[in-house]
Amino acid sequence: MKQKHWYDYLWVASSVYLALGFFNILFAWLGMICFITPLLISIIGGSKMYCNKYCGRGQLFELLGGGLGFSMKNKPPGFLRSTWFRYGFLTFFMTMFFLMIYNTYLVFAGIELREAVTLLWVFKLPWNWTNTSFVTPWAAQFAFGFYGVMLTSTVLGLATMIIFKPRTWCVYCPMGTMTQGICIIKHRREKADGRKGETNSGAFKDISQ
Amino acid sequence: MKLSKKKANIIGQCVACGCCVKTCPLDAIAISKGIRAVIDEQKCVGCGKCEDACPASVIFMALREDVKDEAKALV
Repeated sequence: MKQKHWYDYLWVASSVYLALGFFNILFAWLGMICFITPLLISIIGGSKMYCNKYCGRGQLFELLGGGLGFSMKNKPPGFLRSTWFRYGFLTFFMTMFFLMIYNTYLVFAGIELREAVTLLWVFKLPWNWTNTSFVTPWAAQFAFGFYGVMLTSTVLGLATMIIFKPRTWCVYCPMGTMTQGICIIKHRREKADGRKGETNSGAFKDISQ
Repeated sequence: MKLSKKKANIIGQCVACGCCVKTCPLDAIAISKGIRAVIDEQKCVGCGKCEDACPASVIFMALREDVKDEAKALV
């Protein structure tokens, strides 16, 4: 059996994060870690280390679907695994994300705070039991919006976990698609730079090795 | 060291999620540059655990080339 590391327990952090949102929506801001960290790792390090090791959500799906047997373990349909769907879903997800940012701006500009969490981009869940008076309305609006994004992706991930293989969400996860795209571009550029170096100095080193 | 008859092969668009890396009991799989999984053919014993775990269903077990050649020779 493989040795367990501290990062193998990040599913606990993911679960706690989702629970904290029910107590105070402002904890949703913590979810930014799950957005910024994979981007930084892929941009600076050129890897998907976050998905491979530190993704608490992926671990949660693996635990629920694999360990606890809540998954039917069916092969996901071909369209879900296709490039056009993955990048299409990323585009849709990012569009909705920027709309959420725009709503935050509107509250910043003066419109009233809407205390609701949007689930699956359509369903508005009333979420008015938490006290957000100690922060500026735009910060609270962002929390509501961001928690909606996190809850939506969790619900989608759980649904595909049950029907298909445990970590089916990883196939079309927008962050996974985005970081893989960044890695492809980064390594392609590095390779091109290496080839340029070959013609200039004659000291070509294949960085793809 | 005698190699197994089967080994894992990646056919299709790998999403580099790392599920196969975690399940491989022999650490025969690694994610290369955040783009795709690569299999160490010398270490792989063709157990099929990665095939079961892969959510993108791009890993398949197949006979090694030399085994295929032997089989052809027998026919």
